[in-house]
Amino acid sequence: MRLLAPPTAHDHWPVPSNSQVIRGMTKPGNSFANGEVAGSPRGFSTIARITRMNLRQPWLVTMAIGSTLVAASLQLLIPALLGKAIDQTQLAMGAGVSAAATQEGLRNSALVLLAVSVLRGLFTLAQNYLAEAVGHHVAYELRVAFYEKIQSLSFSFHDQAHSADLITIGMLDLEGVRMYFSAALVRTVLLVMLVGVGAHMLISMNLVLGLLALSFVPFVALRSSITQLKLRATWLDLQERLCVLSRVMEENLTGIRVVRAFAAQAYEMLKFDRASKSALGLMHERAEIYVRNISAMNFSFLFAMGLVLSIGGNKVIAGEISVGKLATFLTFMTILQMPVRQIGLIVDGFARASTCGSRLFGLLDLDIAIKDAADAKPLEISDGTLRFDDVSFAYPAAENRPILKNISFEVRKSETIAIVGPPGSGKSTIAHLIPRFYDVASGVITLDGQDIREVTLATLRRAVAVVQQDAFVFTTTIENNIAYGDPWANAQRIERASESAQLHDYILRLPAGYKTVVRERGLSLSGGQRQRLAIARTMMLRPSVIIFDDSTAAIDAATERRIRSAMQLFAKDRVTIIIGHRLSSLMHANAILFIENGEIVEHGTHEDLLAKGGRYKALYDLQVRAFDDMLPNQEGVG
Amino acid sequence: MLQGGEVETERDDAHDDRRPPHAVVGSHRIEEAIFGQAFDKNIVRRIWAFVRPYRTNLIVSVAAMLILTGTQLLVPLIIRFAIDHGMQPGSGDRSALLAAACAFLFAISVNFGASYTQEIVIYKMAEKVLFDIRRATFGHLQDVALSFMDKTEVGRLMSRLQGDVNSMQELLETSVFCLGDITLLFGIVFVMLWLDVRLGLLTFSVLPVLLIVRLFWLPRARGAFMAANETNSLSNGALAEAIHGVRAVQSMDRQQVNLMLYDDKARANLKTHLTAAKYAQMMVPIVDSLTGVAMAVVIVVGGSMVMSDRIDVGVMVAFLFYIQRFFDPIRSLTLQYSIMQRAMASGKRLTDVLDVKLEVQDKANATVLTPEMDGSIEFRNVTFGYDPQHPVLKNVSFRVNPGETVALVGPTGSGKSSAMALVHRFYDVQKGQVLVGGYDVRDLTQKSLGRQIAMVLQEPFLFTGTVFENIRYHKAEATREEVIEAAMAVGAHSFIVRLPGGYDAALCEGGSNLSLGQRQLISFARALVANTKILVLDEATANIDSYTEMLIQKALVRLLEGRTGLVIAHRLATVRGADRIVVLQNGKVAESGKHEQLIEMGGLYSRLYRLNHASFDDTPDEQLNTSEAAGYRSEARSSGETAHSCKRFAER
Repeated sequence: MRLLAPPTAHDHWPVPSNSQVIRGMTKPGNSFANGEVAGSPRGFSTIARITRMNLRQPWLVTMAIGSTLVAASLQLLIPALLGKAIDQTQLAMGAGVSAAATQEGLRNSALVLLAVSVLRGLFTLAQNYLAEAVGHHVAYELRVAFYEKIQSLSFSFHDQAHSADLITIGMLDLEGVRMYFSAALVRTVLLVMLVGVGAHMLISMNLVLGLLALSFVPFVALRSSITQLKLRATWLDLQERLCVLSRVMEENLTGIRVVRAFAAQAYEMLKFDRASKSALGLMHERAEIYVRNISAMNFSFLFAMGLVLSIGGNKVIAGEISVGKLATFLTFMTILQMPVRQIGLIVDGFARASTCGSRLFGLLDLDIAIKDAADAKPLEISDGTLRFDDVSFAYPAAENRPILKNISFEVRKSETIAIVGPPGSGKSTIAHLIPRFYDVASGVITLDGQDIREVTLATLRRAVAVVQQDAFVFTTTIENNIAYGDPWANAQRIERASESAQLHDYILRLPAGYKTVVRERGLSLSGGQRQRLAIARTMMLRPSVIIFDDSTAAIDAATERRIRSAMQLFAKDRVTIIIGHRLSSLMHANAILFIENGEIVEHGTHEDLLAKGGRYKALYDLQVRAFDDMLPNQEGVG
Repeated sequence: MLQGGEVETERDDAHDDRRPPHAVVGSHRIEEAIFGQAFDKNIVRRIWAFVRPYRTNLIVSVAAMLILTGTQLLVPLIIRFAIDHGMQPGSGDRSALLAAACAFLFAISVNFGASYTQEIVIYKMAEKVLFDIRRATFGHLQDVALSFMDKTEVGRLMSRLQGDVNSMQELLETSVFCLGDITLLFGIVFVMLWLDVRLGLLTFSVLPVLLIVRLFWLPRARGAFMAANETNSLSNGALAEAIHGVRAVQSMDRQQVNLMLYDDKARANLKTHLTAAKYAQMMVPIVDSLTGVAMAVVIVVGGSMVMSDRIDVGVMVAFLFYIQRFFDPIRSLTLQYSIMQRAMASGKRLTDVLDVKLEVQDKANATVLTPEMDGSIEFRNVTFGYDPQHPVLKNVSFRVNPGETVALVGPTGSGKSSAMALVHRFYDVQKGQVLVGGYDVRDLTQKSLGRQIAMVLQEPFLFTGTVFENIRYHKAEATREEVIEAAMAVGAHSFIVRLPGGYDAALCEGGSNLSLGQRQLISFARALVANTKILVLDEATANIDSYTEMLIQKALVRLLEGRTGLVIAHRLATVRGADRIVVLQNGKVAESGKHEQLIEMGGLYSRLYRLNHASFDDTPDEQLNTSEAAGYRSEARSSGETAHSCKRFAER
């Protein structure tokens, strides 16, 4: 009934109606945030912390609360003014007060009423705007803090966190915290002021009528709080179901060729319908809860109004009160009903701020596993020697499963070392330890004699570069992508790097050349092109240690050979580590490490290892056998 | 010192607060329009088609809305009646008051029922329509031409299926509420004029002021809201990028630069939101002041009218009540206006998807392909291109006899993948015919064709679910025994049982918890369970470690046993294993025959063979020494690799 309750459903119903982030919602059970961080309900301290954050804008907060109090007081004046005006006219009729005097009185009342209305409008504007502003300032601070934290949390954290959960925290939970001030705190102040002072005024005017007029308050307050909490509880469930639905759709669209190839459209529609029905059922339930509550609240309010009207009417007839007084009561009720109905929203605002806040702060308070030591010094490269000394390692999530055991080796500038081994043997882990993506469990890794844990991360990571197998493509120009690690580089350097990586010719064919925008998803760069981009990007860094982590798997052998020869000069000043499967591309290394189950089982040059006749030789035979009957007149794989 | 020193100096002079020239975070712009026209007849007509099945519900809801509006208008009138007839000071009429109380009770009971009915019916209906539209769109995407799917990002389609479909739901709810608001507005105007024409007109005199103010306010406010929306998406986009690309960021030590760039975006977001908040609140004092003016008018003019006995006090009270609510429908109408605009833009995008043509459709009298067909595949003078001007396959003819394995080989861009897609009728040929089991594929139902051909794609795609479910994807009725048998046959059993949960192990998105080789083996098992006479297979190109590679080669032999096989072969071992080899070059069959024959012929195949690459695709054009290649290639699909080769050629 919107004559008395203007707000539309959208104010009351926390359905993220047009939210593009609907997928990847918080998934209870599989999110680290639900598991460790937000497990303990630290509701009160979270609320206190958000409040403290709000207070960092002391002026805005004071003015916002001040405006709220003034606006509420002004609003409380209106019913009495209206009642007075009505009584003035009535008195004039009854007791023969001179028309001119009444006119004068009415004009004064009207002017006061007008002034009060205008002022109330202005203060409401101030109240709402300032409250929003406080929230937005907090949101800005949190946004930047969150971004900074995400960037600095180490790999071991990101290995376990779902990106969808992080996005949820950074966008939706942050919103929940932002809304706290305007949706929960300011509304509470307004409510306490209106109900408290209003009740006092009503009851002091007439006890019975006052109590009757307020009779709807506890009922509506309770109903609206319970309903909001119910909706909140089902909200998470609904998000979960919508998440399943999104996944069904997204997978179908991504794998559309498989679906078509197996003529599985009917089966896919079945999957869709099942997910869809389950979500729809819950949405219907929620609609029912919501609508029933709205109708009940309206009814109780109107019923109380009816009581005031009939009992008040009798009092008017009995001469106990005037018609103006009765109108005052009725107007008061219409003023009170809005904030009272909003109690549910206030409760929701607190609940939301507390859960969202504890998730968000839980993340912001996380310790960063890998950071600079207190006395960290910049890394100084002199002759460029990398040493592994008895290094062992296990991933933090599975500490009793050692990945590397007592690895020791040494490489010098201009040397190349190759690491081979079966899948899961720990090859890539070696690559991740050198730039300190993870810290060793025991042993030590040194660069020119400096323990990598004792130098600053920034200088270490500048000096050590890993060419990843699956290069991340940022949505920007290809030029910016290449210069990602050195955004101040000039165009010539960028071109030279992409030439070496055999990417230059391809780029020139693109519609806008180096200025072409490429993106993470979509049909732009093939696997091989991404790997070449990764190589170009790494060359821009001019690292002292360059590690190819199976990063040429999708590049054909001929192109790879061209890349290698183009990089020869580049490699002269650096340590090169090649991790891979294709023996032809790593057999010329100065030394080859064969790793199995985290241990170095063979170590030597290609020739040494072939002569030795061990694991490496077996792998070599395996690769060559596939082709050797086709290679009658050539020797080896080269 | 290594070159590190040089890097340092370069960085030093760069740090004089210059922005890095090659750095951004997140995307630069928003790609889709947020608002459209508020009303677009065509779109409304299209949406109506989805609402039609529920029109009874719609009528009920609108009827309830009218009743509801009626009771809303009635409440102040009953108050007025009670005052004027029940409470004359001193000489009240208690029976009139009782009547008023009863009327009031009746009105609010009706109000209760009508409000419940109106809202529940419209909400449920809107939700149903939302799901219907989503289903129709999703279902349509199952059948649209693959050429459309090829060039459309999944993310974009998902935002059709989520955001845009949701605004359709909003649209429906809003239209009924809008209608309610308009009725209420007219109702109030009517009742006020009916109570007293002069006082009514005088009160409405504030309206033009409101309209004029709104006229100035609306475009500016909308601009401010859109700006806030946009900066919000931009900063969220940058955040998402930081989360997804965090490893790249850290390994290249870009945190500082990124934080600086992100701070700019977050600041811009703060600024636009503050502006938007200002605009959003600006109307509050104006509406409040106008309400004040209207009330003042009623008090002064109405008061003197009461004194001169032209109207009753009750009328004045009723006026004061109406005025307090008069601006609400106007306020919510403005809100609804922008929802409408957003919905129209969404509707446009949705109808665009729904209108994508179904290029490949079953004929009315299409034959059902049965498992009893002979299992042959034949290409007869097939010409086909994604762009009809530039055919990818030109007059291609070859036949795969039942039980035979044919390897398709040729450099990248030679049309192998297209040929494979045609067997499944993913696309229709331009000229010629593709026959499966002796039938033109265009004469068969797509469903039966799909059921008789198993396909293994180059990139194995697995669905979220268990290993078991994935293996029997093609044949939902397959038993556990069949599944295990298939997995054993392709050599996947041993790693599957080692997974936590074995066959019931849950696969993450796209099977990312398995290695590429393992995924490949599962997709082989899937094809084996399907047990069809025909197998079409695109061999993986990526380098798989030698151990898994060996397993795959063995599995392949098992998979092709007793089946008609058309294999896009990349590995020499696979090619050797085939009964016959068809060499494609620039969309034409260059040569075909057995391995020995082809070697003897000394043509393209023997050249490819002698070049000794692990995979035929690796072979760069210049090594093929076919100048013809360049010319054709530049016409062919501009695949990245192709483009690369072309350029090389042009330079010579």
